[in-house]
Amino acid sequence: MGDGTQTAVDLQSVVKRYGTFTAVHETDLEIPEGSFLTLLGPSGCGKTTTLRMIAGLTSITEGEIRIKGRRVNDLPIHKRNLGIVFQNYALFPHKTVFENVAFGLKYRGVAKAEAAKRVKEALELVQLPQMADRMPSQLSGGQQQRIALARAIVVQPDVLLLDEPLSALDANLREDMRIELKRIQDTLGITTVFVTHDQSEALAMSDQIVVMSAGHVEQVGTPEEVYNRPASEFVASFLGNSNIVAASVTGVDGGVAKLEVDGLGPILASVTGDQTLSAGQKVKLSIRAEKLALSDTAEAGADATVLDARVTTVDYQGQVARYFLDAGGRQLQAINPIDEHPLSEGKQVSVRIRARDCVVLPA
Amino acid sequence: MFTSWNLIRLGTVLIYLFMFAPVAVVVLLSFNSSQFGSFPMEGVSLRWFEALWDNQAIVRAFQTSLLLGALTAVISTTLGVLASLAMVRYDFPGKTLIATALIAPILVPEVVLAVALLLFLGAMGVPKSFPLLLAGHVIFTLPFVILVVQARLVSVRRDYEEAAMSLGAGPIETFFQITLPLILPAVLAGGLFAFTISFDDITGTLFWKPGGVETVPTQIFAMLRNSISPEINALGTVMIIVTVALPLLGAAAARRLGRKQRGCPAHKRHAGTGSDRTLRRH
Repeated sequence: MGDGTQTAVDLQSVVKRYGTFTAVHETDLEIPEGSFLTLLGPSGCGKTTTLRMIAGLTSITEGEIRIKGRRVNDLPIHKRNLGIVFQNYALFPHKTVFENVAFGLKYRGVAKAEAAKRVKEALELVQLPQMADRMPSQLSGGQQQRIALARAIVVQPDVLLLDEPLSALDANLREDMRIELKRIQDTLGITTVFVTHDQSEALAMSDQIVVMSAGHVEQVGTPEEVYNRPASEFVASFLGNSNIVAASVTGVDGGVAKLEVDGLGPILASVTGDQTLSAGQKVKLSIRAEKLALSDTAEAGADATVLDARVTTVDYQGQVARYFLDAGGRQLQAINPIDEHPLSEGKQVSVRIRARDCVVLPA
Repeated sequence: MFTSWNLIRLGTVLIYLFMFAPVAVVVLLSFNSSQFGSFPMEGVSLRWFEALWDNQAIVRAFQTSLLLGALTAVISTTLGVLASLAMVRYDFPGKTLIATALIAPILVPEVVLAVALLLFLGAMGVPKSFPLLLAGHVIFTLPFVILVVQARLVSVRRDYEEAAMSLGAGPIETFFQITLPLILPAVLAGGLFAFTISFDDITGTLFWKPGGVETVPTQIFAMLRNSISPEINALGTVMIIVTVALPLLGAAAARRLGRKQRGCPAHKRHAGTGSDRTLRRH
């Protein structure tokens, strides 16, 4: 601490066990002040448990959690100065919108006039200033979620915790709220931990994404890093559509490795600085479906591979089409933009794959 | 046409008549001016109610019953809410055993419970007293409160409480600000159950009451041993009013509370504008 960006939340070797079941394996996380961090993973991966441990709603078995440098292991939730937004809003049904939003201010010794002013500001921030006298049941789902957000931020919490706040909303509303939520977070510069199983929410909103699986952190990185350079087969398959195939290394030349894939032949893949590969090593090769460029003819080169394939199935999606290809007996997926008409089934195509789009993963 | 449905209807009506006609007769005869309960009634009068009011023993019994019922309701409701919170919100060793023990008084025949408590306290050398009577009533009204409150508490989502705590409310503040208001209809219902059960009870009360103390049911029982006075009809009518009217009032109050929670805060409700209210709902 003390340098430019401070750590708002710090998890050190945190473990959560229920009896013999380990919900969260040893986890270290540093969440910088003012950043938007997303815990992403399928249900049961430990993301909600991690959030609840930060909140103090679930005790931790081992390790240490610090919020703004203060150790909070034994600090009960009501003394942690947090804002939480729950999946089901959890607005108090017997209190008006105003009373809901003002609730936390009461326990922070804020005088009545000041509280009224801050509630008004919070309601304006979520664009529902005229709703103060309503009961929660008189609001739509989206409005309730905004009020829940207002209630959480009005207390100026050290950390804002969002537990799948968008998943109870319908699709259109969810995208609006996503943009709205990000706008509010930017405006306030509040440190935010967001839990979701929706990759597009995670990619759109986060400064940092923590991909979790089965209680383990698989990768921590910016949305681009996580998407373009997945660190594990799980991350590659969880985000977007990837072709993942077993391969063996036949040679490494500078930043480019030559891989041999059964049925496909040699494929070039770029290697990141911290990867050490040696000839004969077994690896997994991951290529995003949208990185397979289909055309009638294509030229290979020092930084790209070209394969011959046949289109077996076309999944038309309007702007793009998803093609299932047969390349030397192996099935691949490609997502390409449509130029007037999608390619027809049975067509022979050339598939161009750039080395930098090929990610080598541990086998 | 005697279809099977009509037969069922007729049967139902007859069964209800059989059950409620005696009650109606008691109420009717309490307004009879004659000394002897017989039909046709000779005239309408409130003289038996006046006689009740002048009968010191009955007034005392009434006071005892009201006090006993009220204290039973307060204590049972308090304990019942605490027990329900423990059962629904927390995990602890021996939970199922304790849950069974708390509900058991409903399952055990009341006579057995009454004798058991009496013998136990006798063996301990504790004499019969009003607090003992009260304790007895609490023991067998508690399960009703717990069953009602637990059912409601299960449906109150945990995240309301978690949200309150995350905003800075401690456990006790959270209970009074969030949990209690949300389970209040059930708490009131439980309290009313406890009151009416206590007010009606005779079996346990006969065993536990100290000498000289009479509740309304034991007073009626004592009076019936001597003679069948029309006063008893009047007393019966008052009992019916107390035990029927109170729960109805309670149910109405609970409905009002429920409506307030669903919308329409009291200070926002405009008089007589039904359309305004329907608009507000949407």
